[in-house]
Amino acid sequence: MTRALIIDDEPLARMVVLEYLQAFPQIEVLQECGDGFEGLKAIQQHQPDLIFLDIQMPKINGFEMLELVDNPPAVIFATAFDEFAIKAFEAHAVDYLLKPFSKERFVKAIDKFLSHNNTAPSAAKTTETLLEIAAQSPAQNERIVVKTGTKVKIISVQDVEYLQADDDYVSVITAEGAFLKNKTMAFFEKTLDPRYFVRVHRSYIIAIQQITRLDPYEKDSHLAILKSGAKIPVSKTGYVKLKQVLGI
Amino acid sequence: MASEQLSGKKLFGAFAICGVVWAALQAYLLHSFGFVWMVALADAGVSALLLSLACWLINNNLRYYQPDRGSYIYLLVWCGALAAGCASSSRYVLPFFGFGVVFDNFLKQSFIIRLFTDFLAIGWMAMISALFYSQIDHKKTEQRKTEAEKLARDAELYNLRQQLQPHFLFNSLNSINALIGFKPDEARRMIHQLSDFLRGTLKKDDQLLVPLSDELTHLNLYLEIEKVRFGHRLQTEITCYEKCAKALLPSMLLQPLVENAIKFGLYDTTGDVTISISGELEDNYLIMTIQNPYDSQTSRPRKGTGFGLSGVQRRLYLIFARNDLMETHANDNIFTTIIKIPQL
Repeated sequence: MTRALIIDDEPLARMVVLEYLQAFPQIEVLQECGDGFEGLKAIQQHQPDLIFLDIQMPKINGFEMLELVDNPPAVIFATAFDEFAIKAFEAHAVDYLLKPFSKERFVKAIDKFLSHNNTAPSAAKTTETLLEIAAQSPAQNERIVVKTGTKVKIISVQDVEYLQADDDYVSVITAEGAFLKNKTMAFFEKTLDPRYFVRVHRSYIIAIQQITRLDPYEKDSHLAILKSGAKIPVSKTGYVKLKQVLGI
Repeated sequence: MASEQLSGKKLFGAFAICGVVWAALQAYLLHSFGFVWMVALADAGVSALLLSLACWLINNNLRYYQPDRGSYIYLLVWCGALAAGCASSSRYVLPFFGFGVVFDNFLKQSFIIRLFTDFLAIGWMAMISALFYSQIDHKKTEQRKTEAEKLARDAELYNLRQQLQPHFLFNSLNSINALIGFKPDEARRMIHQLSDFLRGTLKKDDQLLVPLSDELTHLNLYLEIEKVRFGHRLQTEITCYEKCAKALLPSMLLQPLVENAIKFGLYDTTGDVTISISGELEDNYLIMTIQNPYDSQTSRPRKGTGFGLSGVQRRLYLIFARNDLMETHANDNIFTTIIKIPQL
């Protein structure tokens, strides 16, 4: 038995999937969700094997929702149009359906999932790579979505002061406090706009607009003083990068 | 700008060198007539200084004012007047130095020659300046032209893409696909609405003024389709007094504003959304107000709306040449856009 969820903000779009799924009695739909928050809660509650996911949804989009899931299930995306997302899907999703899709196309996607499911148990890993590609889309790198306890917090990139490596997580520091995100420093270095964010140290990425002063510190290294008063170490290579971006 | 200043400095240098060379040549010439170096240098210095002043004047004049084809005669008159000024100044100023009768006589005799030389020099300067500045002007005009063309191209491209509206179109088709299965009548109705809407979008001429009632009919088609897509989440309130129905406004002006309202209303909140559109006539203005809820915590409608709102503002400017016809407010999680359309 395959346990599935449908996450789409348009009721009729969910209905199409439900209708097409009638041909697959071995797939049980546990719940339909109208937005990313509901979807997130349902995934944690049910731990499904498969989700049908729309990209453009209220508040947090499909990619942002997936980022918050610790052990993402296999995903079949269903979306109308998003050039960038399609690029990501082609490489890594189980399959993607372009709305409106035919029943034949839908059946093909399910067959693909079922055959995949038997051979490769690495849904979590492919989903992660997919998100990395999707995050490079200009629409994606405007904000960072984090979980604080059971709540979801959406941080606008403009509010970020700096990022600090924290074991397997990255701590996102804003005026409101620090938020943990289960991503790597390399991920943020790749996806944040390099004109505004510089990795100045193995464990730090800072927002350039937050810098008020650069002080020399021990040999070869510097300290960046931020508006908030925070002192961030800047390594030798970090200093070179910073100088390049600032044009000094 | 910096390069312009740089070339300005270079030009000034070249101008100064020309003046010095001119003075040196004149001094040498006077010396060869038998005057001592002191006298020759003083005469040459004063004359060259006056001449450079005249040249500078005419050059500056041409920088800010380019004569038309017909008014070159004035330029000639100007050169003549300046040359006369230069020659007579040196004629009447130099005697005060008291270099003796011989020199004063020489001044008197050489007046005509000085006048002509000055005239030639100033005329030459005028010609060079006129050519130089008209070339710069030409370059600037070209630049403006290409910029304007690029802007027009961008706008056209944007319009095309807007007309296609892939998201809207594909999602609507998907809804129809769903309806066909269990509510074929509604599916059929939605196909007709979608067709009417698309046809309306295609035939609209941007420059045309249309009555508000037409624009609202078109807008309603769009809103009905969106309501089918989003179900109970989307509510609309349209209030428009009878007398507004005939008021004129540029076609498709409201569409991007309402799309914007739906985008922020539906994608930024998770509850039910009411979008209200109202029209009023006041002091010969049609005032349209569009309101939608948004979440001030997560979105910045002012910043994020991009081409939508600014495109409307730009169109209003192009049509009415005014920048004060649109305003937006955001408070209490309600975003309001107000546009005023002059009724001519």
